[in-house]
Amino acid sequence: MAEDRVKVFVPRETAARSLGSEDVALAIEQVALERGESVALVRNGSRGLFWLEPLVEVEIDGVRHAFGPISADEVNSLFEAGFLDGGNHPKGLGPTEELPYLAEQNRLTFARAGITDPLSLDSYRVHGGYEGLEKAVKLDCEAIVDIVTESGLRGRGGAAFPTGIKWRTVLTADGEQKYVTCNADEGDSGTFADRLVMESDPFVLIEGMTIAGIAVGATEGYIYLRTEYPLAIEIMNQAIKLAESAGYLGVDVMGSGKTFCLEVREAAGAYICGEETSMLESLEGKRGVIRYRPPLPAIKGFFGAPTIVNNVITLSSVPIILARGAQYYKDYGSGRSRGTLTAQLAGNVKRGGLVEIGFGKTLREIVEGFGGGTATGRPIRAIQAGGPLGAYVHPSQFDTPLDYEAFAELGAMIGHGGLVVFDDTVDMGEQARFAMEFCSIESCGKCTPCRIGSIRGVEVIDRILSGVDESANLVLLRELCDTMVAGSLCALGGMAPFPVLSVMDHFPEDLQAR
Amino acid sequence: MSDQSSGNAQDSDAALVRKIAEKYVSQLGPLLPILHAIQDQFGFIPTSAVPVIAEVLNLSRAEIHGVITFYHFFRETAPGKQTLYLCRAEACQAMGARKLERHAKEKLGVDYHETTSDGRFSLEPVYCLGNCACSPALMIDDFVYGRVTPERFDSLVDEV
Repeated sequence: MAEDRVKVFVPRETAARSLGSEDVALAIEQVALERGESVALVRNGSRGLFWLEPLVEVEIDGVRHAFGPISADEVNSLFEAGFLDGGNHPKGLGPTEELPYLAEQNRLTFARAGITDPLSLDSYRVHGGYEGLEKAVKLDCEAIVDIVTESGLRGRGGAAFPTGIKWRTVLTADGEQKYVTCNADEGDSGTFADRLVMESDPFVLIEGMTIAGIAVGATEGYIYLRTEYPLAIEIMNQAIKLAESAGYLGVDVMGSGKTFCLEVREAAGAYICGEETSMLESLEGKRGVIRYRPPLPAIKGFFGAPTIVNNVITLSSVPIILARGAQYYKDYGSGRSRGTLTAQLAGNVKRGGLVEIGFGKTLREIVEGFGGGTATGRPIRAIQAGGPLGAYVHPSQFDTPLDYEAFAELGAMIGHGGLVVFDDTVDMGEQARFAMEFCSIESCGKCTPCRIGSIRGVEVIDRILSGVDESANLVLLRELCDTMVAGSLCALGGMAPFPVLSVMDHFPEDLQAR
Repeated sequence: MSDQSSGNAQDSDAALVRKIAEKYVSQLGPLLPILHAIQDQFGFIPTSAVPVIAEVLNLSRAEIHGVITFYHFFRETAPGKQTLYLCRAEACQAMGARKLERHAKEKLGVDYHETTSDGRFSLEPVYCLGNCACSPALMIDDFVYGRVTPERFDSLVDEV
């Protein structure tokens, strides 16, 4: 009898696998077989508590108990300790939901991550899945867009543009054919929220895109997914097939008579294709060279048609907004930053992982409270917030609340929520140089400040570090940064100077002759 | 003799490229899916594929070449048996990626975008594998490894 088998969960997710969860899953099956124990192994996604991965969970009387991090060598001892019946083990952590790291979060977008089987529609529905779409198919387009606008949801890819306003533009734009595109080219270092949602709860993205399609009258959607995420590509493709066969995608979505079809398109390793117009060029099969704006993609996007371009987290936040209402979502957050921030603790951090929490906590509360400081145990020297184009935040600024406007005032940005922690061994001169080098490697080449400016930036920093005309070159570097910020066509050249300027302003001792 | 057999091989490659291109041609924006499928098939995009794709899509060879060379992921030469994608972005830097990078190049005796002389490994830089809480990260073919120390790098490379 399947019901008699004890459910054991071992994540099938990139971070957990990178630390050995495949070997752990295999060992559990083998040892269970040898011992004649009846185990139902579920390959869930990850809860995003990566410092505890591989995290093994056992369900006892409906409560999940966590053990972690577990290596394949320790599996035998788990069985010896009777972990299937609530036995104690040195790696036992108690009920998963009571772990403070998880209990103190506001899991809205990530409500199901690590809990469900990512490829089980039943499991998705049992945990509230498709409640949002069920409401949406009964509403007219205007009403859906109103709810999203009212929720205060802003683009989680980094630009923080109000989602409802973008959708209204597409809804009211003229065009027989409209499209929904999802930007899943998550290229910022320090970010993995998109990957985590696609690998752990793919149906939530599918549901969000379907709602978007119905809201603006688009019948086709594309997920532009980075090639560096092979597992996410595999899982999303499988999930789309399952949703199609169950009538959640296709010509008659949930019996509404409305059509929405979805397809994954694999990117090809160009950072610039995370910029929306460059992504559209790439989807059209061209070089990912950015477009002049206007016209906005909402007016003329994919093949000239009105197109929604939203990030994975933005679209994945829509189902719960529809299911619970705009007010429910809006009640989280602070100031003009409503709802939840999916902060990602990365780099040199003791407890790295995903922290979804209402906007407004300070950087210190997240990085020290949740993160526990550095992995090396040394003092934190800097935190790069918002990816490779984000400023290096100095410890004197750590009490800034995480909201879009408060960070903008610092000359920093929250961006996609990546927080990369560095200890005091970091060479900030090297980091400034890398910002320019990265821009030179990834520039699409369309505008001069970015294409040439970044190369000159590397050269000027090299001269400063080797003591050639140091003070004159520091002046030149700042002028170069100003030119790039003011003169570049898109955020790559326009923001690559931010990390450099933050090093000049807050870590000048590292930007001098050595 | 050898000329003729390589000629035959080229003909069959061209036929395969045409078959792949025709499979995707009715899609909107088919070029990237075609290039991915060709690279999956051959390990790289042979120069001889360019005119065939151009003809099927009714584009110029220059346009196809321009797209192939724009994207870091597409390659025009055969890779080694396995490709090592080493992350050199900031989160990995914070955990010693610069040291790992020096070690990897020394151990393999190659620089980025090169293949070892025995043809076993190609080394490619990558800017983020999305495993930033378990840095440094390395992807071998399509499997990602986390917390890769120089020692772990050696054992992974020796294993495969």
